[in-house]
Amino acid sequence: MRNSRLAKWGQGLIGLAALVVVLEMLPRVGLVSERYLPPFSTMIRALFEELGQPDFWTALLESVKAWGIGLAIAMVLGVSLGLVIGSVPLLRSLTSSTIEFLRPIPSVALIPLVVLVFGTRIQSTLVLVVYAALWQVLIQVLYGVQDVDPVVRETARSFRFRPMSVVRHVVWPTALPYIMTGFRLAATVALVLTITVELVIGSPGLGKEIAVAQSSGAVDKMYALVIVTGFLGVLVNVLVRALERRTLAWHPSQRAEVPA
Amino acid sequence: MTTSPDRPMLDVRAMKKVYGGGGARTVEAVRDLTFSVAAGELVCVVGPSGAGKTTLLKCIAGLLEPTSGEVVLEGEKVSGPPAGMAVVFQEYGRSLFPWMTVRQNVELPLKEKKLPKPRREELVDKALSEVGLGDVHAAYPWQLSGGMQQRVAIARAVAYEPHVLLMDEPFAAVDAQTRADLEDLVRELWKRLGVTILFVTHDIDESIYLGQRVLVLSASPTVVMEDVTVDLPDERDQLGTRSTKRFAELRTHVYGQIQRAKNHHRTDSPSPAPEDDVNGAVASTR
Amino acid sequence: MNVMTLLKKAVLLVALPVVLLGVWWVTTANSTDPYVPPLREVFETFPDTWTADRLMNDMVPSIVRLLVGYAVAVLLGVALGVAVGSSRTLRNILEPVLEFFRAIPPPVLIPIVILFAGIGHTMKVIVIVSGCIWPVLLNTVEGVRAVDDVLRDTSRCYGIGGTSRLRYLTLRSASPQILAGMRQALSLAIILMVISEMFAASNGLGFTVVQFQRSFAIPEMYTGIIVLGLVGIALSLLFGLLERRALAWYFGLRRSQRGE
Repeated sequence: MRNSRLAKWGQGLIGLAALVVVLEMLPRVGLVSERYLPPFSTMIRALFEELGQPDFWTALLESVKAWGIGLAIAMVLGVSLGLVIGSVPLLRSLTSSTIEFLRPIPSVALIPLVVLVFGTRIQSTLVLVVYAALWQVLIQVLYGVQDVDPVVRETARSFRFRPMSVVRHVVWPTALPYIMTGFRLAATVALVLTITVELVIGSPGLGKEIAVAQSSGAVDKMYALVIVTGFLGVLVNVLVRALERRTLAWHPSQRAEVPA
Repeated sequence: MTTSPDRPMLDVRAMKKVYGGGGARTVEAVRDLTFSVAAGELVCVVGPSGAGKTTLLKCIAGLLEPTSGEVVLEGEKVSGPPAGMAVVFQEYGRSLFPWMTVRQNVELPLKEKKLPKPRREELVDKALSEVGLGDVHAAYPWQLSGGMQQRVAIARAVAYEPHVLLMDEPFAAVDAQTRADLEDLVRELWKRLGVTILFVTHDIDESIYLGQRVLVLSASPTVVMEDVTVDLPDERDQLGTRSTKRFAELRTHVYGQIQRAKNHHRTDSPSPAPEDDVNGAVASTR
Repeated sequence: MNVMTLLKKAVLLVALPVVLLGVWWVTTANSTDPYVPPLREVFETFPDTWTADRLMNDMVPSIVRLLVGYAVAVLLGVALGVAVGSSRTLRNILEPVLEFFRAIPPPVLIPIVILFAGIGHTMKVIVIVSGCIWPVLLNTVEGVRAVDDVLRDTSRCYGIGGTSRLRYLTLRSASPQILAGMRQALSLAIILMVISEMFAASNGLGFTVVQFQRSFAIPEMYTGIIVLGLVGIALSLLFGLLERRALAWYFGLRRSQRGE
């Protein structure tokens, strides 16, 4: 078993290496113009240059800040709203049509409005991030609350659990995996929206830097920043999955991810 | 693909299967399986758990390649799933396509065989009515009970008009009452269609009730311990046949063999217990 | 279902939306805030803003670009996904590479694609394809990988191979996963369509809304946002119809499994 894991890692590395080679050779060989696609080594050089610039780190921090705050607000709102709505059947039937209606509205449609009201301040980013991420969390929590085994609920009732105990011992453990799934989806969406808003509006952050690099023709720097956002995305993914594993280590993995 | 009267339908010769790539984790599941099945016979295979029954079946079905030895079907060596053979698996829920209706499930292999549509419909209708599912042909498998799903799998095998039918513990996951019905269904189909059947099971009673012969396998590494001829009358029924004296004798004998198999006795062990020897049943190990 | 139940269902469906709309109407009725016009005004501007001309010149190109990009992304994603999913070695080799590309926030690709493809129709279609292909591809890989072993053996036994196997077994078996990926891709496509038009375009829905914002045509801007929302909702409904038809067997199967 250890052998096959090693083999899997090795094969993955081969893939990455092949990608690097292709990215390096394509422009050098002349198949693609260097103006559009600089060789991989040039990108990496620009990347390291960036790492030495304080501006870069400021921008990165701004992005992470917006992402973090937006995600936190979305989680708090989403979980609390979800738990409340999910537990009261009347609320659920009242809101279901509204939720289904509002869900597919693209968050980016709000960009012009947000620009008017907040300009290029961080609030612009936050509004969009919270709006988009909230749905991910809310939907998952609603599914989670719904998923409580009726037998378990009846058992709790027959043992006359107090409402708080019911929440603690019945609702929460069932909903937790869904909350974690919602967290994972929201974290990804939040990152995408953060960078997107910065890109389009110009609020401070990596997205803005990329837009600036593109419009000023600094192609190497632009690619370097894109690579950074990729790594950021991978990092968020890895961290969230690790957190998920730790929080749910006790939970039998019988939850199915409900596509949001 | 000729079957002369003296050439067996299915011939398994010194089949051996070893799992693992060498070293400490190699598992010799099957050491030496040799037996043959004549055309039109109904042969059952029993053995203790882990006796490699499923391995045997998969090798015969061409799903697994034996490490050595060969499987010969109608005179041709098996390498890959052969035409002319149909398999009924134990997990009926997972062997039927859930996105197809019962009818479409039964029809699919026939489409592969490139049969014309009228012929296909004829075969499907006949097979479904033979297993008693004529009126649920438009249902989906997951809408049916376990027993009915297995009937669909059997109908699919029957409609395929195979020369050999392999059944891998098909009734293990089904309740006792349904199992009895399905056993009778198998015998009925066998008699009516004249198809050769190799039936793997862990249920000793079932193997004796169904089979003309019972192959008793040893524990792993598996060999054929004994080839028991079941000399019960051809007309069998659940209540009557199972309460005859002969049935009890056969059952006791096979049961004893299985117990010895579990205790790692084999036919090449020095002292066979004399009280288990029933009418000199021939033990074929070569 | 008698009249009372039907009535009750209808009320629950529209109650909250109507209330929310009403609140919006009333609270903005006498608004003098330039950024928050009375809802009445927004409704009044609708017919003047969304004339047949505008629909032809802005909405149609947007939708066409969206659908073309989406279709290409789905076809490519499924085709590649089947190829990669069928081979464990390929999967292992490509997994890190694919995960990295998927982690890049899609709108970030817009400046890159602009380098190659300018700012015309092609750019937008390419942007949509390059963003939407990932969820489809990765979900297809997952779906193909998870085809049931027994079903696979059954197909082999009955000689179902090649294109038949692809058609009757692989694609159908993976369809729940593929459709989940397609749903994610649809939301992404809408976002990318809007963003690419906001970023650099001369026509289209996103472009129009941004133009309104830049020229401070506020009520018109709101109508634009509402139209974008309606487009999102309409596409989501259409997708839901497709999903229900294609996955009727799957929903039935899950229901029966849960019931047992």
